[in-house]
Amino acid sequence: MTDETRSYDPGSHPDLPPPASTVGVVGWVRQNLFATPLDVALTVLALYLVYLLVPPVIQWAFIDADWVGDTRDACSREGACWVYIRVWFKQLMYGRYPDEELWRINTAYVLLVAAAIPLFIPGFRWKQWIGVFLLIGYPIIAFFLFVGDAFGLEHVETPLWGGLFLTLVIALVGIVASLPIGVVLALGRRSKMPVVRSICVAFIELWRGVPLITVLFMSSVMFPLFMPEGVNFDKLVRALVGVMLFSAAYMAEVVRGGLQAIPKGQYEAAEALGLSFWKMMGLIVLPQALKLVIPGIVNTFIGLFKDTTLVLIIGLFDFLGMVQLAGTNPDWLGFAVEGYVFVAAGFWVFCFSMSRYSQHLEKKLHTGH
Amino acid sequence: MAVETKIAVAPAKPPVWNDPRYRALFFQVLVLGGVVLLGAYLVGNTMANLERQGIASGFGFLETTAGFSISQTLVEYSEESSYGRAFLVGLLNTMLVSIIGIFFATILGFIIGVARLSRNWLISNLAAVYIEILRNIPLLLQIFFWYFAVLRNVPSPKNSHSMFDSFFLNIRGLYSPAPIFEAGFWLIPVALVAGVIGVVILARWARARQERTGERFPVFWTSLGVLIGLPLLAAIVMGFPLSWNYPELKGFNFVGGMVVIPELVALALALSTYTASFIAEIVRAGITAVSHGQTEAAYSVGLRPGPTLRLVVIPQALRVIIPPLTSQYLNLMKNSSLAAAIAYPDIVLVFAGTVLMQTGQAVEIISITMAVYLTLSLLISAFMNWYNKKMALVER
Repeated sequence: MTDETRSYDPGSHPDLPPPASTVGVVGWVRQNLFATPLDVALTVLALYLVYLLVPPVIQWAFIDADWVGDTRDACSREGACWVYIRVWFKQLMYGRYPDEELWRINTAYVLLVAAAIPLFIPGFRWKQWIGVFLLIGYPIIAFFLFVGDAFGLEHVETPLWGGLFLTLVIALVGIVASLPIGVVLALGRRSKMPVVRSICVAFIELWRGVPLITVLFMSSVMFPLFMPEGVNFDKLVRALVGVMLFSAAYMAEVVRGGLQAIPKGQYEAAEALGLSFWKMMGLIVLPQALKLVIPGIVNTFIGLFKDTTLVLIIGLFDFLGMVQLAGTNPDWLGFAVEGYVFVAAGFWVFCFSMSRYSQHLEKKLHTGH
Repeated sequence: MAVETKIAVAPAKPPVWNDPRYRALFFQVLVLGGVVLLGAYLVGNTMANLERQGIASGFGFLETTAGFSISQTLVEYSEESSYGRAFLVGLLNTMLVSIIGIFFATILGFIIGVARLSRNWLISNLAAVYIEILRNIPLLLQIFFWYFAVLRNVPSPKNSHSMFDSFFLNIRGLYSPAPIFEAGFWLIPVALVAGVIGVVILARWARARQERTGERFPVFWTSLGVLIGLPLLAAIVMGFPLSWNYPELKGFNFVGGMVVIPELVALALALSTYTASFIAEIVRAGITAVSHGQTEAAYSVGLRPGPTLRLVVIPQALRVIIPPLTSQYLNLMKNSSLAAAIAYPDIVLVFAGTVLMQTGQAVEIISITMAVYLTLSLLISAFMNWYNKKMALVER
C-alpha cells in the first residue's frame, strides 16, 4: 500500500466530483454525438443535412408565407400561400355539402367526441353502454343526420359529400363494419368444419392478395352487373362495400392472431364447464383474444384510414380528392404544394395520434410477466 | 337382497339434433348451400345484365387490335398490337416498378433501420423523424406530391438540368445515355456468369477447407477480383465492344439515349421511400430481438465486432425480419397499382382502365387483373418462404 491511500481514515475520503468531461452538457455531447471519429463525421453530415432542409422549409412555410386575403393576388409567391387553404377550407372539410346544412355534420362530430370522451376516463362506470351506443345507436343517428330525408331534414345526395367529412365517413364505416365480419371470418378460419374453413380461407386470401384499387374498380364496374335489373346502388355505397370486404379480410387475420395466442386450456376449460360454442367464444375466448390484438386492430384502422384516399380514383372527392380538384381550378393553379402539405398534415395528425394511442394501449394492456 | 341393476354398456346416445357430428354436417351443408345460392344469384343477374347490354363474353377480345398507344413499353408494342399484347406490356411495367421499388426500399430501409439504432443521438432521431413522417401520410398523397408538385415543376427540355452533359432531367423525363452493344459483346456476360460460378465453387471449397483444417481463405477479396477481373479481361480481349448513344437536344425535344418517364420516377420514388419507413421499423425490431448476451458471448469467445455482426447477430435477426419483410414486399407490389392515379401505364391503368373502357368486358378483365396480383403475391411469398426456411433455426 502506498502512502497516498493511507492518508485517509476509512470512510473519510472526500467525494470527488466526476470528471467534467463525463457529466453535464459536455459529457452528453461527447457521449451521444462525438464518441468516435465515425460519429463525428456522421454528426457533421447530419447537421449539414438539417441545415440544408430545415431553415428553407421554415422560411417558406412561416416567414415568407401569406396568411391573409381572399384572392390569389394576396400571395407574393415568395413563400407558402396559405390564403389558398383559407379560401378552399370549407370544401376541404365538407365537400359541396350545402352551407345551411353544415350544422348537421358538426352536430354529429360533437356527439361523437362527447360520447367518446368518457371511454378514455379510467374508472368510468357505463363504458359498455357507451360502447353499445357508439356501435349501434350513433351510426343510425349519423345516417339520418347526413342523408336527411326524414324528421324534417332536407335530403342531401351523396355526390355532394366530400372532403375530410367523406374520408371520416368511409374510414369509420369501414372500421365499424369490418370488426364483426372479421371476427366471424377468423372464427370460421379456425373452425374444425372443412367446408366452412375453406370458404373463409378462400375469402380472406382473395381479398388480401389483391390491391384495394382493383377491389374498388370491381365494386364500381362489376357491382352494377351483379344486381338485378333496375336495382342501382349509390357510388358511395359501392365504394363502402368494397372497403368493408377488404378491411374485413385484414381484420380477420389480426383477430386470428389473437385467437391463436389463447392457450388451449382456456378452450378446454370452457368446454368442460359445458359452455356452448358461442358462449365459449363470447365469454371466455374473444374477450381475451381481442384484448391481446388491440394494437393490431388500431394498426389496421390506421392502414384503412390512409387507404380511404384511394376512393378518389373511382371519382369520389375525399380530403385528398378535394385538394386535387381545387388544384385544377383555373383561378388557383400552381398551389399544389400548399394543398398537399395541408392534407398531409391533416392525415399525419390523425395517424400519428392513433399510433401513439396504440403504443400506449400496448403498454397498459401488457399484463404478462 | 340383491337389487338387479342394469348398467348400460354404451353411453346414452344424444338425439340426432344434439350430436356434434350431425350438427357440423348440417351447418356445413347450410353454409355451402347459402354460398352456392348467392353465387348462382349473382351469376344469373350478371348473365342477364350482360345479355341486355349486348356485351360479348369470353376471352376472344384478347386477340382484337388495341388501337391505343402506351407511353412506356418494355416489349415491342404499337397501336396495331392486340389487347393481349397490351396486357403483357402493362404486366411488365407493373413488375418493373415493383422490382425497382423493392430494391431501393430494402436498401434505404436497412440503412434507416440501422441508423435508428445508432448511438449517435442526432442520427437516430433523424431516422425516427423520417419514419414517423413518411409512414403516417397516405401513399397516394406522396405519389401526387412527387409527381404533381416536384416533377411537374422541373424545367422544359430547353432548360434541362444536366449532369456531365449526358444525363438530362426535364418535364419529359430523365434522359440518360443508352448502351449500344457491338459485335463481340456476348463474351462479357459469359465471363460474368463464369465468374459467378467460379466464386460459388471457391466459397464452397474455402468453407470445406476451413472446416477441415481451420485455415481461412480471403474469399471476399478473391471473389471481388474474379467478378471484376474476368469481365474486364473479356472486354480487353474484344476491344471494348460497347459504346454509348448520348441524348441530344434537337428542336424542342431530346433525341437518342434512354428516357425514364417521370411517372415511373415519381412512382418508384414514392413507393421506395414509403415502404422503406416500414422496413426500417422491421429491421430495428429484428436487431433488438437478438439479445445482447449473444453479442457478449461472441466477444468472449474472441470474435471481433465485424464477424460478430456477420456470423452471430445478423443471421438471428434475419429470422425475425424475413416474415414481416415479405408482407412489406407484397404491400409494395400491390401498392404499385396506385400508378393508375398518375397515369403510369401499369396493368391497372392499361388493362383494367383503357381496355375495360373500350371493350366493356368488366367481368373477364377484373378477374384477370385480380388473378395476376394473386399470382404475383403467391410467387413472392413462395420465394420468401423458401428463403425463410433456409434461414430458419434448425431444431431437433
